[in-house]
Amino acid sequence: MRFRFTDTAIDTAAARRELLDPGAGGYASFEGWVRNFNEGQEVTRLEYEAFRELALKEGERILAEAAARFPIKHALCIHRVGSLGLSDMAVWVGVSSAHRGEAFDACRFIIDEVKHRVPIWKKEHYRSGDSGWVNCERCAVAPEHRHDHDHDHNPVRDHDHDHDHDHDAA
Amino acid sequence: MSGAPIHGLVLAGGASSRMKRDKAMLIYQGKSQLDRAVELAARHVSPVFVSVRGSQSGDSARARYPLIVDSVAGQGPIVGIRSALAAHPGVAWLVVACDLPFLSDGALSQLLAERDPTASATAYSSVHDGLPEPLCAIWEPKAAAEIDAFLAKGKDCPRKFLMNHSVRLLEPKDRRALDNVNTPEEYHRALDLIAPASRGEPTPIQAMQLKIQYFALMREQSGRSEETVETAASTPADLYTELQARYGFTLPREQLKVAVNSEFAPWTRRLAAGDAVVFIPPVAGG
Repeated sequence: MRFRFTDTAIDTAAARRELLDPGAGGYASFEGWVRNFNEGQEVTRLEYEAFRELALKEGERILAEAAARFPIKHALCIHRVGSLGLSDMAVWVGVSSAHRGEAFDACRFIIDEVKHRVPIWKKEHYRSGDSGWVNCERCAVAPEHRHDHDHDHNPVRDHDHDHDHDHDAA
Repeated sequence: MSGAPIHGLVLAGGASSRMKRDKAMLIYQGKSQLDRAVELAARHVSPVFVSVRGSQSGDSARARYPLIVDSVAGQGPIVGIRSALAAHPGVAWLVVACDLPFLSDGALSQLLAERDPTASATAYSSVHDGLPEPLCAIWEPKAAAEIDAFLAKGKDCPRKFLMNHSVRLLEPKDRRALDNVNTPEEYHRALDLIAPASRGEPTPIQAMQLKIQYFALMREQSGRSEETVETAASTPADLYTELQARYGFTLPREQLKVAVNSEFAPWTRRLAAGDAVVFIPPVAGG
């Protein structure tokens, strides 16, 4: 079970070979590609950045959870970091198992969890010249600027943000 | 100076809700702010009492001093002041809050020298907004009945009280003396401004060094990938508040997660010197 990063193109043929197993009768993989459009903006390229130390731990935990949930043989996830162009592969997930059903299920589980839990960020660069960190900037709430000189007896309104947030870009 | 005799009252019953820890116990120059405030007041008036809520009367740091426990209903410092006036009728009180690390002998001397015993109180006007500063002030015995009427109307803001009663307002000569400290960030700044007790002695700080790494939006908004910070923040939540004030992070803490030493951690985790902290904005892998 392995989760890892690469800053060059993902070698899917080599990755697939790591999943070979005499007891495996099925293999499923998922590739995430850079798309040219997101939330109404034309995207020209993406930059991926990861907090590697924690991301590797969390990625391994996801693969271990997949192995505990589904009767699979092997699973592997490789995530690209750095600058990517349109149609470049950002992430690859592969699973081998005795039968096809669990390979599909585990593959889906892994990519869904990776997108939600692993500390990886992507910055979209747009045709307009603008750019933005996905999930971070479009919904950012400007902090309330206060200058007060009150003592603690005044009930202080805390910065409550009922700002619901969807962490999933897809 | 004629008028009622004056005792000292150090207000140490505050909730410290924004500091998120006991402001009276913050350390400056190797001493708690409570001890500093009591010692300062004791150089000008005697005796000096410490005002506490009932629930704090067993607190050992406070119980070293003569206490005046809140005895009237209501909340906030005006209750402490009223309780002192009730405990010693006919006495005026030099009231000093526990969140004024810059308070000086000069500021108390001026207050005492320019006291008007015929007013309800003698207080400074704030250098920030011109309004009366109720928590470094002399409260006269006649204020007792006025406070009762004020509380009976459901009001408890001592500043509003002073704005609506006869008060001798002074321009402070020491303009920094009344700058108060309510947040970890303000404490941090105050530590920088207040010199260590004496040269050669190590600076006694509760502050510790933490290593912060920044990624993605946090990196761009802070303008750095990592730094070592000296901070008084005791939890990641306090630390974020402090760094958000410094760098203007746009994301509210509720949208972030935090990692300590490369593992997810609760916002309430106690930080230790040398901990590595990473604030994790909403992720977007895949």
